[in-house]
Amino acid sequence: MSPRPGFVLEVDRSTPPTLLWHGEAFKLQKLPLGTRVVYAPEPFAALEDPESAIRAALENPEGDQKPLSALLHADMKLTICFDDISLPLPPMAAPDVRQMVIEAVLDQAAEAGVDDVVLIAALALHRRMTEPELRHALGNRVYDAFAPFGKLLQHDAEDPDNLLYIGKTDHGEDVEINKRAAESDLLVYVNINLVSMDGGHKSVATGLASYKSLRHHHNPKTMRHSKSFMDAPASELHSANWRMGRLIKESGVNIFQIETTLNTDTFPENFKFLQKREWEWNLRDRITFAGASKALDAAPHKMARNILQGIKSPHALRTVHAGEVEAVHQKIVAEVWEQQGVAVEGQTDIVTMGLPYICPYNVNSIMNPILVACLGLGYFFNSYRGAPVVRKGGVAILFHPTRPEFHPGHHPSYIDFFEQVLPETTDPTVMHEQFEEAYATDPWYIHLYRTGHAYHGVHPFYMWYWISHALEHLDKVIIVGGDPATVRRLGFHPATTLDDALEIAKDTVGPSPTITHLHTPPLLMADVTP
Amino acid sequence: MKARFPITKPTWPNNVPRPNPKRNVGLDYDTAWARRYPARLARAIFTDFISAPLVDLVAPTTIVGADALSRLEGPVIFAANHNSHADTAVLLKAIPQHLRHKVVVAAASDFFFDSTTKATVMSLILGAIPIERSKVNRRSAETALQLLDEGWSVIIYPEGGRSPDGWMHDFKGGAAYLSVRAGAPVVPVFIDGTDKVLPKSRVEPGVAPGGSGSEDRLGAKLRRHPVSVTFGRPLRPSEDTDARRFGGVIEDAVAQLGREVASDYYQARRHVEPSLTYGPPAAAWRRAWARPPAIKVSERVPRDSWPTTRF
Repeated sequence: MSPRPGFVLEVDRSTPPTLLWHGEAFKLQKLPLGTRVVYAPEPFAALEDPESAIRAALENPEGDQKPLSALLHADMKLTICFDDISLPLPPMAAPDVRQMVIEAVLDQAAEAGVDDVVLIAALALHRRMTEPELRHALGNRVYDAFAPFGKLLQHDAEDPDNLLYIGKTDHGEDVEINKRAAESDLLVYVNINLVSMDGGHKSVATGLASYKSLRHHHNPKTMRHSKSFMDAPASELHSANWRMGRLIKESGVNIFQIETTLNTDTFPENFKFLQKREWEWNLRDRITFAGASKALDAAPHKMARNILQGIKSPHALRTVHAGEVEAVHQKIVAEVWEQQGVAVEGQTDIVTMGLPYICPYNVNSIMNPILVACLGLGYFFNSYRGAPVVRKGGVAILFHPTRPEFHPGHHPSYIDFFEQVLPETTDPTVMHEQFEEAYATDPWYIHLYRTGHAYHGVHPFYMWYWISHALEHLDKVIIVGGDPATVRRLGFHPATTLDDALEIAKDTVGPSPTITHLHTPPLLMADVTP
Repeated sequence: MKARFPITKPTWPNNVPRPNPKRNVGLDYDTAWARRYPARLARAIFTDFISAPLVDLVAPTTIVGADALSRLEGPVIFAANHNSHADTAVLLKAIPQHLRHKVVVAAASDFFFDSTTKATVMSLILGAIPIERSKVNRRSAETALQLLDEGWSVIIYPEGGRSPDGWMHDFKGGAAYLSVRAGAPVVPVFIDGTDKVLPKSRVEPGVAPGGSGSEDRLGAKLRRHPVSVTFGRPLRPSEDTDARRFGGVIEDAVAQLGREVASDYYQARRHVEPSLTYGPPAAAWRRAWARPPAIKVSERVPRDSWPTTRF
């Protein structure tokens, strides 16, 4: 039976309360009458035989690329790059799709007798992955075959000896990527396309790039002109990446791109109610909800965080394509939209969203206030095609505790960004001009990025640039249940309840605003007709 | 104060159409409840303390070849010939203890699952799952594969039903298909004598097909008779095994056990392990790659040890 598509429910008196995420907790919230609730489509069925599908994709490439087996020969230099810990969300239960794909590639490489093989985690400016994280992503078999021999690497965007300057695009953008990857006879890139923004030329041009290269598109101007990140033709971020990717291809780097989509089966059996429609909750769902929400409320939030971060998603491989970058990506993007797209008619005055405990940058870590802003206004706000679900000059109401907590090992520069930059300005352009350079070149942050497990010094700026479009579009951002001082530091308005938030929003949108609520996760993309 | 959702059932929004009620018999019957611990405990008590003594009383059983299963870990597929409804009770008693309590029985959906009551009883006391008896049905196969994946062994009667004449009939492809897909070994089993204990009920003389008394039913008379259960060596499919050919191998193995029962002759099959001494003369990763994977895989990410900074 095919899964039910996503849909928009209009709240009336018969509608039960709606599930809302609130960081490391969730609750049921009665939404105002007339609110539109956007529900994600149900998860598509998993591929019955993913191994065979992967092998078939490798041998039947898309676009102008040969089958993988025809590209492999004994005396070649082969580099396999893969997406890092930021995907998928939550991390998927073993076996991870990267493991399945890389094992299939290695089987062919072994058959062809390729000795010079190196694996590289495409980190860009993200933190290095730990051994357990790499083992989870790649499987023990792959890890033990490469790591002990120094053949499993993590991309270092600050290592001048291992970066290769490719050239400038016709827009004057510097392109500099990982040297080993660029100088290989074949670069195989293994993607997880969790959302339509992932993959394509962004994989190599961003994932394997240096700061010198990344700064050309990770800046407020580009981000403001990406409307949205999920809609590549309307995204300046993607245009820049495509220019860079085409230059990399012209320079002679032979890329064999493998892209995969996972289904949206996000939560394991015990938390299944989180992805069900509330009126379809059975007795077990209600008991589990009551037990889990009470337990998470009662637990110290560090414990609640550990419980939720321990969730491994039952995501399953849905589709896989391999071959030439653009041809592969075109197919995959259509498949992502098929799984996540929901038709929404027109915009409203207010958008509401409950923010969960996880975003791409706090896997096994802490969701600090900057990441809260990024998840709500960077990711969820931008999950649209056509137009945002909220009108220009409207209001966003987020639900999250927004505690002033940071992971000092993973996010050291975020702490200083919160203490030094945000009190001075919340304007992305001003901070870009006045503060970014100092953070990006700070030797201590670079040291922590290269030798520890820290995000690059410039990363909090990028997260703030990520919300540039939303800040420009919205008149007001309200966080319900957030720590008031922290919320104000972000430049937003704190509120205790939804009713308070609507009262605060009244001077912007009037006493009877129209409201859209995004019921996510599972992930959804609003296909908005203005 | 009046109780509300989530304590009570949620209300159904007026603007969402209600789905048709789910049909809960036949292949649609959901047996998941019968594999939860309360049902498993009830079944274990029934199997060991009610069914097994009854089998001892009515069908004193000789078990041959169970030593071949002593070091076999589940999941496995038991492929047996089928003469009587008593086969399952006898086989469950004969299966070694370490496999017995995590086993499901593939049962004909059109017979054992045609009413909710019958389906519930069969799921509870036998751990039965509904299958299409005439062919490899995709939904049945998916259910069985999922259960194998979760570590459940499966009893299958590949003939698709009880023998109408006591002789073994052609096997259908289900057991081979599941084994090849799941990579689970198949244990061939030959059950002898149960057709004397609980014979297949015959069509009453003079009753037209479809008329009362023409249908198969459970109510045949029990008679005391010795039976034997003979286990063969597990058959393991390789990666490139053809399911159709493997089905023939399974059928031959069960038939051979039948001949062995008849002639008191048993011949063990030799199982050759691949050499682990030398690897290919190649790069380190390829030598490592050529080794079989480790059995135990630790997936746990260690607890985060970083302190939290709070302002």
